[in-house]
Amino acid sequence: MPSLKTLRNRINSVKSTQKITSAMKMVAAAKLRRAQAQAEASRPYAKRMGDMMGALAAAEAANPNAPALLVGNGRDKTHLLLAITADRGLAGAFNGNISKHVRLQVQALEAQGKTVKIFTLGRKGNDSLRRDLEAKIIGTKNFVGKKTLEFSDAEAIAQTIIGLFRDEAFDVCTLVFNRFHSVMTQTVTETPLIPAAAPTANDNTAPEQNYEVEPDDGTLLERLLPRNLAVQIYAALLENSAGFYASQMTAMDSATRNAGDMIKKLSLTYNRARQANITKELIEIISGAEAV
Amino acid sequence: MPLVLEIISPEKLLLSRDVDMVVIPGAEGDIGVLPGHAKLITGLRGGLVDIYENNAITDRFFVPGGFAEVTESYCAVLADGIIRQSELDPAKAAEAVSAAKAAYDAVDMNDAEAYRVASDRLISAQAMVDSISPQRGEKG
Repeated sequence: MPSLKTLRNRINSVKSTQKITSAMKMVAAAKLRRAQAQAEASRPYAKRMGDMMGALAAAEAANPNAPALLVGNGRDKTHLLLAITADRGLAGAFNGNISKHVRLQVQALEAQGKTVKIFTLGRKGNDSLRRDLEAKIIGTKNFVGKKTLEFSDAEAIAQTIIGLFRDEAFDVCTLVFNRFHSVMTQTVTETPLIPAAAPTANDNTAPEQNYEVEPDDGTLLERLLPRNLAVQIYAALLENSAGFYASQMTAMDSATRNAGDMIKKLSLTYNRARQANITKELIEIISGAEAV
Repeated sequence: MPLVLEIISPEKLLLSRDVDMVVIPGAEGDIGVLPGHAKLITGLRGGLVDIYENNAITDRFFVPGGFAEVTESYCAVLADGIIRQSELDPAKAAEAVSAAKAAYDAVDMNDAEAYRVASDRLISAQAMVDSISPQRGEKG
């Protein structure tokens, strides 16, 4: 039986933990709103960009001289996994899910005889994957201490990735990130980045996609593709940050509730022990009086 | 039927409104867009987007480059950012030109991609200077 003093100390420490977790929950909720608004605001650009890409890519995919970023460089020997995680923890399984998925994917690809490389965005994913897959990580970037994510950040990453592609460091690039569905659910999602579209002959020139193009398809695509890559990375980063705060909010909410349960249990034990002490003292007094 | 002009940056929708006509700085020359324009996708060079209402320019914005998608009913300009023409700063523009020039001189001429990026940047910076006291537009 722990003494009254240790019980009291434990109750107090759980109480202060509860205060911290509930404050973190509130902060995460506020940041979630901001992250969601930011993700919302970036959608019109991504949508128009996607429309334009779709119109151009359909016409260009069958062209044997199509840009490599669009149709790939004809090989699929080396895969690059671009894993996006958060920079901070205390968000349940949010970061762990990505690392787990990347590990499974590495195993699956290696079983097919492919070479796998990893590029991590976000500190937590890097920390976790570095433990056993350090040799495969060819680059990493995080946003520790950065308040808001800007498009230029995504653009810099896209430039790095394109540079690696041109140096033939990899043939196929896939983005792995947490898609934000709702506050309760974020799912690990894979999006192919390079090649942007597998050549398909049949969806060529749908009638509603008869755009005039200036200067010409190829030149414009060359400018559009790096942009599109940056837009996709930017969108994924925003989804990641919204998902992270949502997941942190849920994690902190259940931590607060758990702390409440624990306080209840400890108080019960504390009160029982106090009662027992009082009863014991009374018995001592009464039996002392009787003995006289 | 009005024409909806949207100017969108990757971070947010900057401007969305009905206009009578808009002139955008296409990669191969300025393009005047009226309602009912044929579907068009074009790259943009740096320059001024002129908004016309009742046959007069009501607003002019500088865009550093980007893309535009035109259909019968809307014109979407995808740009990194816009600056109202009256708010362009000559000192900043001159600075951008000299920075772009330095980058252009330093670039490896054999690297077509880097060369294109540097020359685009120089053209865009130069367009910013030119936009401060534009010649065109007055002609209508």
